[in-house]
Amino acid sequence: MAKKRIVTTTINGKETQFLCQPRQTLLEILRDDLALTGSKEGCSNGNCGACTVLCNGKAVNSCLILAVEAEGAEIETIEGVAPVDGLDSLQDAFLQQAALQCGICTPGFIMSAKALLQEQPDPSEEDIRFNLAGNLCRCTGYDKIVRAVQDAAAARQQV
Amino acid sequence: MASTSYKVIGTRPIRHDGTDKVTGRAQFGADIQLSGMLFGAILRSPHAHARIKSIDISQAESYPGVHAVVTGTDLPEQQQKVAHLGEGDVNLYHLSQNVLARQKVLYKGHAVAAVAADDIHIAQEATQLINVEYEVLPPVLDVLEAMQDEAPVLNDDVRTDSMAGEESKDPTNVAKHYFYEKGNIEKGFEAAHVVIEREYRTSTVHQGYIEPHNATALWNQDGQITIWTSTQGSFMVRQQMADLLKLPESRIKVVPMEIGGGFGGKISVYLQPVAALLSKKSGRPVKLVMDRASVFEATGPTPGSYIRVKMGADREGKLTAAEAYVAFEAGGFPGSPVVCACMCIFACYDVPHGRINGYDVCVNKPRSNAYRAPGSTHAAFAAESVVDEICERLEMDPVEFRLKNAAQEGTRRVDGVQFARIGMKETVEAIRDSEHWKSSLEGKYRGRGIASGFWFNVGLKSSVTAMLAADGTVSLLEGSTDIGGTRASLSMQLAETLGIAAEDIKPAVVDTDSVGYNDVTGGSRVTFSTGIAVHNAGLEMRRQLIERVANIWEVKVEDVQYEDGKVRGPGGKEFTFRELAAKIHATGEPITVKGTSGSENQAGAFGTHCVDVEVDPETGKVDVLRYTIAQDCGTAIHPAYVEGQMQGGAAQGIGWALNEEYVYDEHGAMRNATFLDYRIPTCCDLPMMDTIIVEVPDPQHPFGVRGVGEVPIAPPPAALVAAIYQAVGVRMRELPASPPRLLHQILQR
Amino acid sequence: MHDFDYEAPVDLDTALRFFAERNGSARVLAGGTDLIDQIRLGRYAPDLLVDIKKLPELNVLECQEGGLRLGAAVPCSEIYRNETVVSGYEALVDSCRIIGGIQVQNRASVGGNLCNSGPAADSPPSLIVLGARCVIASAQGQREVPAEEFCTGPGENVLQQDEVLIEIRFSSRPPRSGSHYRRFTPRNEMDIAVVGVGASVTLDETGERFVDARIALGAVAPTPLFAREASESLTGQPVNDETIARAAELAQQAARPIDDMRGTKEFRIHVTGVLTRRVLAAAIGRARGEEEGTRIGH
Ligand code: FES
Ligand code: FES
Repeated sequence: MAKKRIVTTTINGKETQFLCQPRQTLLEILRDDLALTGSKEGCSNGNCGACTVLCNGKAVNSCLILAVEAEGAEIETIEGVAPVDGLDSLQDAFLQQAALQCGICTPGFIMSAKALLQEQPDPSEEDIRFNLAGNLCRCTGYDKIVRAVQDAAAARQQV
Repeated sequence: MASTSYKVIGTRPIRHDGTDKVTGRAQFGADIQLSGMLFGAILRSPHAHARIKSIDISQAESYPGVHAVVTGTDLPEQQQKVAHLGEGDVNLYHLSQNVLARQKVLYKGHAVAAVAADDIHIAQEATQLINVEYEVLPPVLDVLEAMQDEAPVLNDDVRTDSMAGEESKDPTNVAKHYFYEKGNIEKGFEAAHVVIEREYRTSTVHQGYIEPHNATALWNQDGQITIWTSTQGSFMVRQQMADLLKLPESRIKVVPMEIGGGFGGKISVYLQPVAALLSKKSGRPVKLVMDRASVFEATGPTPGSYIRVKMGADREGKLTAAEAYVAFEAGGFPGSPVVCACMCIFACYDVPHGRINGYDVCVNKPRSNAYRAPGSTHAAFAAESVVDEICERLEMDPVEFRLKNAAQEGTRRVDGVQFARIGMKETVEAIRDSEHWKSSLEGKYRGRGIASGFWFNVGLKSSVTAMLAADGTVSLLEGSTDIGGTRASLSMQLAETLGIAAEDIKPAVVDTDSVGYNDVTGGSRVTFSTGIAVHNAGLEMRRQLIERVANIWEVKVEDVQYEDGKVRGPGGKEFTFRELAAKIHATGEPITVKGTSGSENQAGAFGTHCVDVEVDPETGKVDVLRYTIAQDCGTAIHPAYVEGQMQGGAAQGIGWALNEEYVYDEHGAMRNATFLDYRIPTCCDLPMMDTIIVEVPDPQHPFGVRGVGEVPIAPPPAALVAAIYQAVGVRMRELPASPPRLLHQILQR
Repeated sequence: MHDFDYEAPVDLDTALRFFAERNGSARVLAGGTDLIDQIRLGRYAPDLLVDIKKLPELNVLECQEGGLRLGAAVPCSEIYRNETVVSGYEALVDSCRIIGGIQVQNRASVGGNLCNSGPAADSPPSLIVLGARCVIASAQGQREVPAEEFCTGPGENVLQQDEVLIEIRFSSRPPRSGSHYRRFTPRNEMDIAVVGVGASVTLDETGERFVDARIALGAVAPTPLFAREASESLTGQPVNDETIARAAELAQQAARPIDDMRGTKEFRIHVTGVLTRRVLAAAIGRARGEEEGTRIGH
């Protein structure tokens, strides 16, 4: 077996070290070794977005990144989104709008939406749809998800 | 019934499990970690049809890091026996072979063996060391071809079972023949002014839930088995496990994890028995998770179909007769939902004379399974498309036609069932009165279509337990796994019954040892049937509270009233629910009640959809511009989740109509087993989806609930092809109406 | 997944040495959005992945006198986020905006898209019409190959075992030029081209005559295709429906598609003509500096 590596990253603001095989994906390490199971595996080939995390502030599919590639990177997962007291405005908006049914896609959508709102605080409906196209939801038909992101954008503008 | 009289029902509280789901804390099936846990992988057949000559697992067994290898022979042999799984029956002999193949593999992806190892990579490598010798047989992939005498036969034990009881002599692919008749079909067509007969084809499509199947099993040293899994029915998993492993149910506990979508596809077991066998052999807990390709290739999609429909109407647009021939691809083993298609196909209308023939046919594709209103979408596509042509010929408005012929209370379906109070007509009226229908559609290559659909909705059995806490909250234990917000809809019904706030109910979906029996989360039944159980529990809690108060006040029970979350007695005596809860421990025994349901049957639900499309006549691409869904929901408990069901169901129907299909090569290998090439809609493919909740309460439910989950998938394909016809003048009779197919028709025109 | 080693060198010489020494058992890891899945599926079984994202040469993105330099490891989203740098190279931006979803665009590079050499890849037609040159390095030295000659078959290209694509170079754009790439997909996003067409045009001062034109096709042959005759048919011709239709017809003749799960031959040939017309019209509009209104997926 190939030599294992020690990788040092920042995950949700905390410096984290882990040991991994080169063939292990970031998703695998997050879920199986670091017990951060909020990132989901829906396809493992970049087509569903359930595994979306932020890597240096940008949305990426953690199933298509090797864990060794995360050396020195800042990773943010769904577990790092909520402040200590309460929820992020995106999380609130998803609940208010009932933008989830089964909820398996929700962490990925929230991460993608977070990256979008960081870059475009006031996105149009088309911007939202374009930026969320890498996340599949089979339950909702997306209507309420798009509305939730619109609401969250509005809420963020207010503070 | 005025829903305004309700305090909780009809409001939109935050769902109880919401915070866990938006923070990533909710534990879905694949999220479980147990100490000493091994990871499993499955070896699957590369052939669509082959005889297994031998399996050699010795190399895999001795591979470093491997702890167990199992094959079909590790499962007990089964006799032909039918098990009832609530919604749909299953032949255990076939189920067992579907879980792990024995003599034959019947579709590419059919599970053949499994390995448990220290990590997933080792397990996968070891599966490659299993040596299977196959004798490859010719596959048959098309329903009509499989019905021919010279077609390769998949199952030696299958004979045609007709409803009259007689069986064919020789093995065949045609497992069942259903037949229904009403009135005199010949007379009916004689009375018709217009008769249209058309053939329709639909492709195999998948439920497409985002969460792959998973199962983690621990076969403990004391012989007790625990299964953690995402399922629509933990009690169905327990029952299937007991049957397949030939063990008493009491030895098996199923812990339902959060489930990432099911739509009918997560009722049958696939991985659960295999994980249990691997755990038994290794003495360790074992986790199995499917990859996406296996989900497509080896779990139950909904069948491809051939349907021929003939309908006649008189000059005034009154239907005189309707006839259908429906053949479904069951997949490798019998059991397609063709019978449901037969019962749904003309259910929207009052058909005086009808005849329906249905065939369940084996082909070398994965064993099909339920998918949201199973069979009804195929049926609606065919029947509603013929209706659209009849309207065109009669120059009749499709809304008017539907109002004229709509089934209503007392209408008898062709399969003999008589409708109770239903809301078909009301959904058509809702579309007629909608902004959407009243607006004019302008622009080239644009068209509008409408279509209706039906689903039975089932009742079945549920149990719940409710426990009063001293702080005035009530814990609710339920066994119906929550796929789309039923913790909320059940808590709201209990809250309404008790006159307290939805937030004061604490629902929990618990394991099979911790609550009474519950049938599947399926058939749009949970909010209805488990709702009745919850209501019964609430009534019992009220009764006990009244008794207690009568004791405290030393008055007669008849003099105490329970109202609005308050208990009132003679002389203006009064306790709020909270005040009373605080006194419970000091005044007697704890209050823990149960509620059950099972004798009620739902009346069925209808929906009518309206869609505007724009077609690119040079590429055949269809854009959905506007979509409106009207559906009879009885009483909407939590309107936001009702809307969500309507939108999500319609979205699946749109995907089915336009792009989703299994594409096979001539060897029977699926060519598109990824979310890239099996194209479910993304958020760029759909508009906002308008919903109109029609409320015709079902008198069999205390609050008038009707199931809402399934019916919205049925109308979209028919509505879309009607709209496409208006836009570019071609009638699509094959699904999906994908760009290559549609462009082909346009160029032929 | 197949077991492999991983190296992330920080200088080009070290990186090239790995390839010189490994006899084809090493593969380049750029964004990884294709490669990791391909290894998982067993299509490739490399013993070593060389991560090239830390090599400065492969991360250049700059526009100078001589034109645009694009490092082979620059992710797609960096390209469209630096719209001023790549202004004038609209077709390149069009391609980068539709490769996968945002998550993929944040990792996948144009260089990787090219080296993966899929017949339906979205960037090669744009590179071809923009006249890009592929800079290839090995321990022996460097060479340049025109984009249209880079791919040699499905998943195959001119790279030798010891070679790495390090940069893509574009000449500066002549005035009154415009380019566009568009593909046909059944879904509006997250899909793979059933047909892809890129075009670049340069017009004369009146804006009514083609000085030069280049058209390239994707997903209609084993490799991305430079439609030479279709391109040349426009040189010196007036801009009108007829000349455009003629070019579209020649593009259709150049297409050699197959029937597969994504589309039939009939469909692909027809749509090649349709898209060529539409793409030329859009490129002409851009060359004239006209406002554009596009819809997702169109
Ligand atoms: S699991 Fe990573 S994109 Fe689907
Ligand atoms: S809520 Fe189930 S997949 Fe999105």
